[in-house]
Amino acid sequence: MKLLVNGEAHEVAATTLAELLAALDYEGDWLATAVNSDLVHKANRAEFRLSDGDRIEVLSPMQGG
Amino acid sequence: MFELLGTTLPSRLLLGTAQYPSPAILADAVKASGTSVVTVSLRREMAGGRAGEKFWSLIRSLGVRILPNTAGCHSVKEAVTTAKMARDVFGTSWIKLEVIGNHDTLQPDVFGLVEAARILCEDGFSVFPYTTDDLVVAERLLEAGCRVLMPWCAPIGSALGPVNMTALRSMRGHFPDVPLIVDAGLGRPSHAATVMELGFDAVLLNTAVARAADPVGMARAFGKAVDAGREAFSSGLLEPREVAVPSTPIFGRAVFS
Repeated sequence: MKLLVNGEAHEVAATTLAELLAALDYEGDWLATAVNSDLVHKANRAEFRLSDGDRIEVLSPMQGG
Repeated sequence: MFELLGTTLPSRLLLGTAQYPSPAILADAVKASGTSVVTVSLRREMAGGRAGEKFWSLIRSLGVRILPNTAGCHSVKEAVTTAKMARDVFGTSWIKLEVIGNHDTLQPDVFGLVEAARILCEDGFSVFPYTTDDLVVAERLLEAGCRVLMPWCAPIGSALGPVNMTALRSMRGHFPDVPLIVDAGLGRPSHAATVMELGFDAVLLNTAVARAADPVGMARAFGKAVDAGREAFSSGLLEPREVAVPSTPIFGRAVFS
């Protein structure tokens, strides 16, 4: 399945958002996720099924004004 | 002490966490300022979670309240999704709502701002809208459900200080019961003191501290200026007069001729 993760193209075997994060070595409860511009809650990542062409954003806390 | 949306805060200074020379200086500046609220953002995590972890653990160690922002968002959709992601991560319904309308001035897109504010207020957020000093926009934001307003006093990072005192004074006068926080454009502690003397409830700043030669010293100076301005406002300032008025009594002065 081809996905865009933080703007970069990835070809992955993962079928859920949680599997994708693990496959790409993302870890930490401070991560926020969105698929196709909509929030996916932390608690829903395990059952959230991805589709070919999905755009995923993985964000974390950063400095801000 | 400062009551803000049901929360008692010890300081009327809110501080941004960006652009400091190092994480250690950021931590020391936060402590020196006396602030109890800092702003943070969400950005793409490119290091598997490690980049965000370092910053997040530093912020948590400071024991301050978090005000996440939607900085850099240019559309309602971006801002709303970012706000929801922030609530998911930071566990707070407070959100500093930015919908930027102009690349050069970073002026808020007030139309998008009102629309995003309405969506987020209906969803249970406490929205801190980064807005202009326009009274009609302020009215719309309050109608949308905002219970606090954050007008700029000059463009973000400009350090110009209050460029339109008349508008700020007018805003304070029109909304006597709404918490008003001046956000953006402050360059010097005297700027902060000036808006606090007008009766603004608090100030939010970042660049003026973070980019100072000594951010920790400047943070402390801003903390003092905010306190001084507030105390001056509470103590009743003397109105300016066009003519001199002697401060030493005339009565009883000696006559030598």
